[in-house]
Amino acid sequence: MSRTRAALLPAVTVLAALLLSACGSTTPSSADGTGQPGRSGASAASLEGTVTVLAAASLTESFDQLKKDFEAANPGVSVDTSYGSSATLVQQANIGAPASVLALAGTAAADPLDKSLVKATKPFATNVLEIAVPPGNPAKVATLADLARPDVKVVLCADTVPCGKAAQKIFGKAGITPNVVSKEVDVKATLAKVKLGEADAAVVYHSDVVAAKDAVQGVEIPARDNTTLAYPVITLSDDAATKAFVAYVLSAKGLATVQSFGFGAP
Amino acid sequence: MRQAGRWRSRVALGVPAAVALLLLVVPLVALLFRADWARIPSDLATPTVLPALRLSLTTTSCTAILCLLLGTPLAWLLARSDTTATSWLRAVLTVPLVLPPVVGGVALLMTWGRNGLLGQYLSPFGIQIPFTTVAVVLAETFVAMPYYVLAVEGAMRGLDPRLESVARTLGASDLRYLRTVGIPLVLPGIASGLALAWARALGEFGATITFAGNFQGRTQTLPLLVYVELERDPQVAISISILLLAVSVLVLGVLRGRWLR
Repeated sequence: MSRTRAALLPAVTVLAALLLSACGSTTPSSADGTGQPGRSGASAASLEGTVTVLAAASLTESFDQLKKDFEAANPGVSVDTSYGSSATLVQQANIGAPASVLALAGTAAADPLDKSLVKATKPFATNVLEIAVPPGNPAKVATLADLARPDVKVVLCADTVPCGKAAQKIFGKAGITPNVVSKEVDVKATLAKVKLGEADAAVVYHSDVVAAKDAVQGVEIPARDNTTLAYPVITLSDDAATKAFVAYVLSAKGLATVQSFGFGAP
Repeated sequence: MRQAGRWRSRVALGVPAAVALLLLVVPLVALLFRADWARIPSDLATPTVLPALRLSLTTTSCTAILCLLLGTPLAWLLARSDTTATSWLRAVLTVPLVLPPVVGGVALLMTWGRNGLLGQYLSPFGIQIPFTTVAVVLAETFVAMPYYVLAVEGAMRGLDPRLESVARTLGASDLRYLRTVGIPLVLPGIASGLALAWARALGEFGATITFAGNFQGRTQTLPLLVYVELERDPQVAISISILLLAVSVLVLGVLRGRWLR
């Protein structure tokens, strides 16, 4: 009995090693730069592969829609999306995350990106900042200056995040020191604090206010105080599926989809 | 035949053990290798580091005190009874231990937030807990206290029950017994429980950032700072990580395997 058990142990170890290697490998994707030329078909109808998209948090809803529409039109392609703060995404791409497309909030966010990775870059949308308040606007916030009131709890994005940098710029220009209680790691986390009713106001993107629908109310920032961010879509991979997806984003239909979520024209 | 059996067991046990060791040790070694040691003093002098360090030390000290004052009586009560109620209580107590810290943060927000279960009664008095240092202490205590209570309860269960009987026949109350006999005997257990809880509190991230937020000097503890600095200047993040690693190693050195008992 003990001999069988002793013989079983190496077998179990080998099996475990095999399973672990399966855990480590990803589906054979066209997402790496080398690609496999013979795989993807020439026509859009026979496109195959996986497109890995790293997109800024503010693009969550719009890119979910783009992904749905693109996958419906190209059944052989699967679009994997991951959302987060642009700063984190650029970092991940730099250290070798398997990304085919990067969509960032603002062209400045692309500065730390390793330029040798970039195959193409083009702006596809613009966004402006807006103040988000809980429904009913309990703190009666009407202007930027109201954010300096000591009874108003303001949440901003962290200074390393594009929306945080843009917010600092706006406040600097207007000469206002807001009553900040927290700086969250990305724009959705910032919005969440308002949705939960914990903060009285947050400075987020106009698109986030649109996406949140009834969960928050928006207080506009006048154009003379506001700042516009141009969102670039950056292609990191050469394969046909990626190129087709980026082309779709930049197409009239793609642009219209993004704009329907509160973004401006590029 | 016996020699072959011995070799087989050595390999069959040694290989997985070696892999486990590598999995755990190599990342720590990698951290030390990747650090730019020349830069560490200047990195730690970054203006954001001192407030975070001061905050981390203050909040973890408060957490340790809370564990001591509140956790010890709880551990005592759990150690004394063996009813079904106490085993249920112990199970509930273990939940913050296995709960993902972010979930803990959400739960704390639902309790102490402005519209929280308890927080809604505090708001009219102007007491608002999220985004304050108190929130940091609450978050750290939530995740650290179970470690302390379970460690101390284990130590207390090891007490010889005859000592208590003798103390009672001599007329000592519960508190007197604890003060003169019980606590002095479980002091090593309390010390290791405290060290473990303190180390856990120091490393707390998910619950802190969800419940307390992220603001320099008020709620930005060292782990939160590492996360933010990683986006701004990764080398500074690595330097702070080395600092935290050094602290962890120090705590482990103090414990020297005692917490496993």
